[in-house]
Amino acid sequence: MSEKQVTRRNFLYVTTGAFAAAGAASLAWPFVDQMNPDASVKALASTEIDLRPIIPGQSITVMWRGKPVFIRRRTQAEIDEAKKVNLADLPHPEEDSDRAQNPEWLVMVGICTHLGCVPLGQKGDYNGWFCPCHGSHYDTSGRIRKGPAPTNLEIPDYVFLNESTIKIG
Amino acid sequence: MSENYVPKSAVGKWFNDRLPLLNLIYGHLLPYPTPKNLNYWWTFGGILTFCLVTQIITGLVLAMHYVADADLAFASVEHIMRDVNYGWLLRYIHSNGASLFFMAVYIHMARSIFYGSYKEPRELIWIIGVFIFLLMIATAFMGYVLPWGQMSFWGATVITNLFSAIPLVGESVTNWLWGGYAVGSPLLTRFFTLHYLMPFLIFALVILHVWALHVPGNNNPEGINVVQGSQDTVPFHPHYVVKDMFALVVFLIVFAGFVFFVPNLLGHTDNYIEANPLQTPEHIVPEWYFLPFYAILRAVPDKLGGVILMISAIAILAFLPWLDTSKVRSAKYRPLYRQFVWLFFANVILLGYLGAQTADGLFLIIGRIATVYYFAHFIIILPLLGYIEKTKPLPKSLSEPVLSPEERQMKAAASGASA
Repeated sequence: MSEKQVTRRNFLYVTTGAFAAAGAASLAWPFVDQMNPDASVKALASTEIDLRPIIPGQSITVMWRGKPVFIRRRTQAEIDEAKKVNLADLPHPEEDSDRAQNPEWLVMVGICTHLGCVPLGQKGDYNGWFCPCHGSHYDTSGRIRKGPAPTNLEIPDYVFLNESTIKIG
Repeated sequence: MSENYVPKSAVGKWFNDRLPLLNLIYGHLLPYPTPKNLNYWWTFGGILTFCLVTQIITGLVLAMHYVADADLAFASVEHIMRDVNYGWLLRYIHSNGASLFFMAVYIHMARSIFYGSYKEPRELIWIIGVFIFLLMIATAFMGYVLPWGQMSFWGATVITNLFSAIPLVGESVTNWLWGGYAVGSPLLTRFFTLHYLMPFLIFALVILHVWALHVPGNNNPEGINVVQGSQDTVPFHPHYVVKDMFALVVFLIVFAGFVFFVPNLLGHTDNYIEANPLQTPEHIVPEWYFLPFYAILRAVPDKLGGVILMISAIAILAFLPWLDTSKVRSAKYRPLYRQFVWLFFANVILLGYLGAQTADGLFLIIGRIATVYYFAHFIIILPLLGYIEKTKPLPKSLSEPVLSPEERQMKAAASGASA
């Protein structure tokens, strides 16, 4: 018998090893997956907000999935400023109309896309938001203009249920 | 060195015949041959062991009173400070103990870097040490999150968000770490679990670190090879037991000074404000011992790039035994390295200072230069020095450098006569 010949024993070694590895891997999954967001966390996935108390130029911050969401009723000046920006000047080009379903209402996750701090409103070089942690400046449409953040402030999924109520998530 | 150790008591003998544990401890702690010229920079190994044990004991009792839940954690820490008997003392020992642990580990690492202790045949001791340092960083960071103050919360947010820089899977990885969509209770509970576990892993690595050290024996300030059991060595006990004890007492005076007089000096006042997910503090700074690495993170204008560079700053230490191409260990006999090593230490301290400042203007520019220099030291200066540096002649023994010229001649004559 030549040395390279596959014996019955080789076959049994390999198949036993393969089954043991697949078994161990599938058993490892529950130990990994238990760390993912659980059912109670996922159950809080949507929030409804009444917009009536907000006057133009005012912002509110609501909690959605444990994160702050900024809802700002923009002034006409802010809307105009956001619309006239040349897209070529933006690190992450997006039209203002793609970011606000209704130009008067800007809804976005209030978390800096750099390392997760909460930016301060109506501050910074572009009169939008400014993150105090590492100095990212956002404009009146929440788009990144200057600083280390890689992308614009995230727009969550939301719908206008009627004139004065939105549902986030 | 210890095979012939015989316990004096009958019980000890009975035990040792069945499990030679006493033999093992005796050999590593008592007659273990140690170079006779170790200076006080060599006492930090013992001090670090003391720090680890202190953290484990104080941590164990704090865990009896602490509650790892986002709604209760902050109040439970205040409960420890105000209600629990001696709770304030135990917590201040634990929190200042972490700072002093890092102070000692940085001195210990600097000593190794200055005297070339990481070089052949001690590379593995050094690499195990780098892993201990990594685990210390993880443990300290998670421990700082537990009081659930503003700095705890936002520090945890910034650091866990580093993982979101991973391309494609970044967001899934951070959600998995958080157990949710933001930092909250699930993260706090798992950090507490890991914070409890990691010191025991460190303890296991410390045993490997000492075991690996006792194979070639200690390096020494001259950086030359010493024959174990020769005239250049002395038994660990009593010589270094006493020296280590004295250094430990001095260290404890400093420790007690922090705990009893300025227990909050190294902390941040914002951490006495309960975590608020809606408000980021004006200026987030990590604990002082992370500042040099934080400065490197912020020096890069790109998120992923900053994260990679910060991790590299620590990982590059593991490759130090091969990046340093010089065969001579001690900086005493390396005139150029001796200057560059001080520049390197000064640069790390500069990075630490910059890490505490706001990242803009001049600070940012200096931060970038200091970051480049940090890596240049490892990648350019160290490999080149080994080839261009003209080192001083090494002594033949530890006695030679301290002998007078006459004594040296006499010794040479004596060895010549015996040869």
